[in-house]
Amino acid sequence: MDCDGQNGKDVVIDCCINDLHYGSFKAVRDTHIPIKKQKITAFIGPSGCGKSTVLRCLNRMNDIVRGFRFSGHVHFGGRDIYHPSIDAVAVRRHIGMVFQQPNPFAMSIYNNVAFGLRLNRYKGSVAEKVEEALKRAALWNEVSDKLQKSGLSLSGGQQQRLCIARAIATDPKVLLMDEPCSALDPISTRKIEELMLELKTHYTIAIVTHNLQQAQRVADETGFLYVDTSEGGRTGYLVEFGDSKQIFEDPQQQHTKDYIGGAFS
Amino acid sequence: MDNNIAQPPTRLQQTYDVIFRGVCRSSAVLTALLVAFIVIKITVAAMPAMRQYGVNFVTTTTWDPLTRNFGILPEIWGTLFTSFLALIVGTFFGVAAAIFLSEGLLGQFIFAVLKAVKMETNPFLSQLPDRLEGIIKNLIELLAAIPSVVYGLWGIFILIPMIRPACNWLCAKLGWVVFFGTPLSGPGVLPAVIVLSIMILPTITAISRDALVAVPPKLRMAAYGMGATRWETILAVILPVATRGIAGAVILAFGRALGETMALAMLVGNANKISLSLFSPANTLASLLANNFPEAGPQEVSVLMYASLVLLAITLVVNIIGAWMLQKAVGVGGGR
Repeated sequence: MDCDGQNGKDVVIDCCINDLHYGSFKAVRDTHIPIKKQKITAFIGPSGCGKSTVLRCLNRMNDIVRGFRFSGHVHFGGRDIYHPSIDAVAVRRHIGMVFQQPNPFAMSIYNNVAFGLRLNRYKGSVAEKVEEALKRAALWNEVSDKLQKSGLSLSGGQQQRLCIARAIATDPKVLLMDEPCSALDPISTRKIEELMLELKTHYTIAIVTHNLQQAQRVADETGFLYVDTSEGGRTGYLVEFGDSKQIFEDPQQQHTKDYIGGAFS
Repeated sequence: MDNNIAQPPTRLQQTYDVIFRGVCRSSAVLTALLVAFIVIKITVAAMPAMRQYGVNFVTTTTWDPLTRNFGILPEIWGTLFTSFLALIVGTFFGVAAAIFLSEGLLGQFIFAVLKAVKMETNPFLSQLPDRLEGIIKNLIELLAAIPSVVYGLWGIFILIPMIRPACNWLCAKLGWVVFFGTPLSGPGVLPAVIVLSIMILPTITAISRDALVAVPPKLRMAAYGMGATRWETILAVILPVATRGIAGAVILAFGRALGETMALAMLVGNANKISLSLFSPANTLASLLANNFPEAGPQEVSVLMYASLVLLAITLVVNIIGAWMLQKAVGVGGGR
């Protein structure tokens, strides 16, 4: 497919997937999403449409899955992160990730946030960076007096913000969030959404969400993915991508209209 | 009334229920009683010796039926020394093997090979990584199925001749190191330790592997997502969570090593010595019992019972600690 053209200077990650297989299963095809600097880009779509798979492509988390094959390119910082000379581990140090389930390590709050700094052999003051990250993740006030307590002692919403702090402590260029609120209650969800809007001033964010209202509330741009069952399998592909306002108020494709109108989920 | 499908249980069903419950309950009670019976009988049989020798029994070093001097300090030392050394060796290799099996390292390697020859989507070959992993796991567990006496024979006729030249060379060149202080003339601590560590390997590997597999995958993902390498992930994130389970495995293996009899009776040398040298013959409580009961007169029986009570106490304590640690390990890392 054609992946050139609309890439402006403000595109941080230019993701262009021709085919993506797990073993012999074709999971995603023909998906081109440019992710713009200091914007929030949301991936929406029904279950099994491959939106998480696309997100995981952006920091090569899919490489862990045995049988993963990829054709296409993901340009980041002027290079294709799938080029054979690029180490997947190095990619993940520049592109942080927050998962669906809050997953703090079984160590203290402080050590959770310091994990990435130590991994990168950070030379400056780790304590300062930890404090900064916790403040940015809007968690500092709640944990400043118990940094040595286990990260697992926090509530679900706090754990997720701890995971965000852990991810941003190393100042990644991009933050990927895979349904970060789906395991949380509405109040925690609201907090995380507010947090995303604040983080936008520093970071570029790509988020997968099941929640259309959430995409509407936070995302600048939105991509709608749908499942193609015509070849017998369940292959996800990008139906429509554009400004969130346009996608939600004036979708161009019938599938998008149906999905946004609640005809299916 | 007759249209009702639901009926109260018949008398027969009720009787079954009562019988079944009774059988289960009495089996459980019988098992507990059996343990109590064994401990009580041994204690009673050991009473004369306990009265006669008291604490001296465990603090003196002579074992001489002719002069009726009995002390088991060298055996206690030998039991703990061989078990402890075997535990160090067995834990190292056992945990390493468990990591290899739980982290899919082998599968990944084979898959990479298949991929290199472009066969990874072949329906038969694509199963190979998982199957080989299963086979290796079963092979390691099969080590536990080899009878103790076979290990003993293997140790005497294959292992000892194999390691003897190296041991004696070490003794000649590095004899000033306390562990190499004596030559290896045949049976001794080192062959016993090697065989013992092989015998406890399956226990450590199997339980450690379970502990590692039980670490929630989301923690793995978190570490990889941070840009941790495989080893950083294993060492910094996965092993700490699995520590309790691994510690339980090690303690259970320790319990097994303490009580191991046949192979040690054949390999340890049965000499009443306390020595730090790895090549010196020594003795353990279990092999002392195995070697002395055939010629035991009425009084020696009491002495042997006393010794077995000491062994029982040591293994019981170790096993209780192990079971307690395993119990604690359950639920660790579960969380939300």
